[in-house]
Amino acid sequence: MTWENSAITITTLLPIAGALVIALMPRDKDRAIRGLGIVVTGAALVLAVAIAVGFDYGTDGLQYTLDVNWISAIGAHYHVGIDGISLPLYVLTFLLSFLCAIYTWRYVPEPGHTKAFLALMLLLQTGMAGTFIAFDLILFFVFWEMVLVPMYFLIGIWGSSNREYASIKFFLYTLFGSIFMLLGFLAMYFQGPDPRTFDMVVLQEFGAGGGFSHTFQLVVFGAVALGFAIKVPMWPFHTWLPDAHTEAPTIGSVLLAGIMLKMGTYGFIRIAIPFLPDGAEVYAPWIGALAAIGIVYAALACLAQKDLKRLIAFSSVGHMGFVMLGIATLTEIGIQAAIFGMVAHGLITGMLFFCVGSIYDRYHTREIAKIGGGMLQGMPKLGGVFAFVAIASLGLPGLAGFWGEVMALLSSFNPNEVVLADQVGLFRVFMVMGGIGTVLTAGYFLWMLQRVNMGTMPEQWKEAGLRDVLAVEWVSWLPLLALILVLGVYPRLVFGVTDEAVGGLMSLLGS
Amino acid sequence: MDVDYHALLPDLILAGTILLVLVVDVFLPERAKWLAMPLGLMGVVASLAAVLSLIGAGTRESFGGSYVVDEFALLFKGFFLVTASLVLALSLRYFREGGFYQGEYYFLLLTSFLGRVMMPSSRDMLLLFIALELVSAPGFLMAAFRKGDVKSNEAGVKFFIIGVLSTAVMLFGMSLIYGVTGGATKLGEIAAALAGVSGEIETLAFAAVLFVVVGFAFKVSAFPFQFWAPDTYEGSPVPVAAFLAVASAVAGFAGLLQLMFVAFAGLHEFWVPIFAFLSIATMTVGNLVALRQTQMVRLLAYSGIAQSGYILMTFALVTDDAASNRTAFAAAVAYILIYGIMNLGAFAATVAVSRRYPALRIADFAGLRQTAPLIAVGMAVFMISLAGVPPTGGFWGKLLIFQAAIERGGGLGPALAVVMLVNSVVSVYYYLLVPRQMYLREAADPSRLRVPALVTAVVALATVALVAIFVLPNPLARLAEMTTLVGLGP
Repeated sequence: MTWENSAITITTLLPIAGALVIALMPRDKDRAIRGLGIVVTGAALVLAVAIAVGFDYGTDGLQYTLDVNWISAIGAHYHVGIDGISLPLYVLTFLLSFLCAIYTWRYVPEPGHTKAFLALMLLLQTGMAGTFIAFDLILFFVFWEMVLVPMYFLIGIWGSSNREYASIKFFLYTLFGSIFMLLGFLAMYFQGPDPRTFDMVVLQEFGAGGGFSHTFQLVVFGAVALGFAIKVPMWPFHTWLPDAHTEAPTIGSVLLAGIMLKMGTYGFIRIAIPFLPDGAEVYAPWIGALAAIGIVYAALACLAQKDLKRLIAFSSVGHMGFVMLGIATLTEIGIQAAIFGMVAHGLITGMLFFCVGSIYDRYHTREIAKIGGGMLQGMPKLGGVFAFVAIASLGLPGLAGFWGEVMALLSSFNPNEVVLADQVGLFRVFMVMGGIGTVLTAGYFLWMLQRVNMGTMPEQWKEAGLRDVLAVEWVSWLPLLALILVLGVYPRLVFGVTDEAVGGLMSLLGS
Repeated sequence: MDVDYHALLPDLILAGTILLVLVVDVFLPERAKWLAMPLGLMGVVASLAAVLSLIGAGTRESFGGSYVVDEFALLFKGFFLVTASLVLALSLRYFREGGFYQGEYYFLLLTSFLGRVMMPSSRDMLLLFIALELVSAPGFLMAAFRKGDVKSNEAGVKFFIIGVLSTAVMLFGMSLIYGVTGGATKLGEIAAALAGVSGEIETLAFAAVLFVVVGFAFKVSAFPFQFWAPDTYEGSPVPVAAFLAVASAVAGFAGLLQLMFVAFAGLHEFWVPIFAFLSIATMTVGNLVALRQTQMVRLLAYSGIAQSGYILMTFALVTDDAASNRTAFAAAVAYILIYGIMNLGAFAATVAVSRRYPALRIADFAGLRQTAPLIAVGMAVFMISLAGVPPTGGFWGKLLIFQAAIERGGGLGPALAVVMLVNSVVSVYYYLLVPRQMYLREAADPSRLRVPALVTAVVALATVALVAIFVLPNPLARLAEMTTLVGLGP
């Protein structure tokens, strides 16, 4: 075992080991448990950064690979590796989890049970991180499903009033999709190259080279895409998301928006499109249409929201719509935009949910009307941070939210000239719809800021002695705030990583 | 007659133990009657040791090939004996404290397990029938063991009438087979004889197969013969329900696997559609009715019906292609074994709760995380495993069946897989009801639940087994594959 082939395994499984240790610790050592949570996620982040530092950015192949036989009877391997598409999402997973652990130092939502809370969070972390580095379809599926149970409990136990409904809805909805995805995987296994394999690298080459028949691709792309689309979530499969987000505790929302949604879009880029290029070609206009509708629909829905957290949740649907629009163009620039959009959305929306969590912690309500404005007056720092992040989210140039959206729109002006040549007009319509969406997005975010931040604070809140941003909040927020700014000014930080891998992906598809 | 006594040793030890329990019970004073349990347990363990001593000894035939001890048989014998010891462990406190006839109970329980141990070795239709009856008959009495309770009486009578009816139908079918094949009783001979039938005789053979399948359908509680199961389970003492739900269905499938994959394999074009219907109807009815349940044992009963539907699906995957049949057979064996573990665990956890809440409503599991944290963790794992979600063994079980279905291909395989998929998702809803009560609700009485050490041990063992199977599924899949090669040969 060398660092080269064991780094990913150690990093990915470290949180689960931490979860086991925490599960064995005595219940009353509350501080020690929280401390250990920070230490474990911190150590995992350090390892993830070390992987990123040692990563060779000049090639498009897999690095840090390890491929051993796992279940010979099924033909599943334990095949992990990392490339430029995985790396940003992988590091993001560890960053957000670490910040969540810091946040937990002060905030464990009702009804307490720090031990179970942190253990589930760490389990979730392994599942999410594993999805991005698995290169065997069965392994991918196992990691993919592993997030369901912890998230169900995080929402179900620590959520707000309607938590039971939201948690079961989340579980059933995602399971429904993912199980069709599994059928698609099995079909690819049996129709794939001889000898049969679940290996994603082999299947990718086979599929991109036109190995699967056209009809097969149509059917299987539909099954696989359904699983991914529900996770993203794409309109009209998004209805689980507002409920799950609204009811989930702050940490749950941050991880859900920040990372879990990306598993779906990652699946499109990693599996659906390269494995089944014919299917992608046929479905691309439909995906683009759903994405464009989703952008506008989400913006309109946001305008109607009274609950702050629900508003942010709907804004996620819109932002993921831009990501999907980029993917649907099947162009290098579109997919670059999608990955950038995923990272930016993870940082920004994660941060927005942190803000909303802290606002709720002070006001004990999330209703915009009850908050009643004047936050900048009463809590200038929290108000300032909230304004900064909201403006980043609406896509102001110079901040992280800008690049993903503008490039997605740009790419839909010129979709893939080989396979989507007949659809240029259609994609330009999508571009216009996306453009309208950005205007509406700016509209609802500014209106939200106006209602929450501006004006004078109602008397009841003035007397309530609300405390401005606390030290622990600064510690967990500053890295995100800084990255939002840095990525806005210097987007090469992500593009530089993804360039080679996306280029390799596109050349595989022959365009 | 060639008799291989070493190969018969597990059965002989168990039979001796049964007689010993019956005799010793007469001489035990009332307060020491419970000693029948450790006595029986010793016999079961000795029998298990005999099974272990046969591993790797190759295929051993007795009575002219009617009674075969091979890897398929050993796997199931071992499984049944482990189950027997766990059911014994669950029973001790329950029957000691409930004022039951303990000696008789252990006698009946062990007799039934003797039938199970014989079942996978029986390669002769008559022997198979005798084993199956040995399994069922004690169950009639055990289901009615709570004599003062009307529900228990109903359970026993219902089980008896259904059981006898199914036996009669099955026996009629077997007698037709006997006639059609010109007097063949060994499974291999039946397969060979059926390969040559045609015309009117073939029609008669179809009728015979249908009767036999219907008989087994009762045993494994397949739709439309499933209605007895929930009432019988609910009325029986909880350890008996565990025993019926786990071991009876598994024994039924062990017999059915041999008949269908060996004796009647040649007629598969006739019976595959029947199994496809049985499977779809059984899982759908089981899952839909389970959604409405409020009582734990009834929930588990309907969940068991649905799970039977999943296992029945593997029969509908049989084709002329030996390789894909092997996959289906291996999937069935693996799923049956995993199902046995998770269902037994779920019943063990139910036994633990039944001490405080005899009515066993699902709502009685509220706040179990406070009152019995270990049992709650176990029960959550069992429910998630029954739903087929990682990180549990049930996930691999379902995956193997899906894989077999896709490998079979054609229209039927993927179609069945989709039906099972939708069913699996539906089932998650009611399986999650239980963790929801245990973890999301508060207990009415937050004081610690006192759970017998043996029951806790069974729960812990099943939990560890399911997680271990998830992490290292290889041995299990190998095991199932190994038996396939044997199970398919005539």
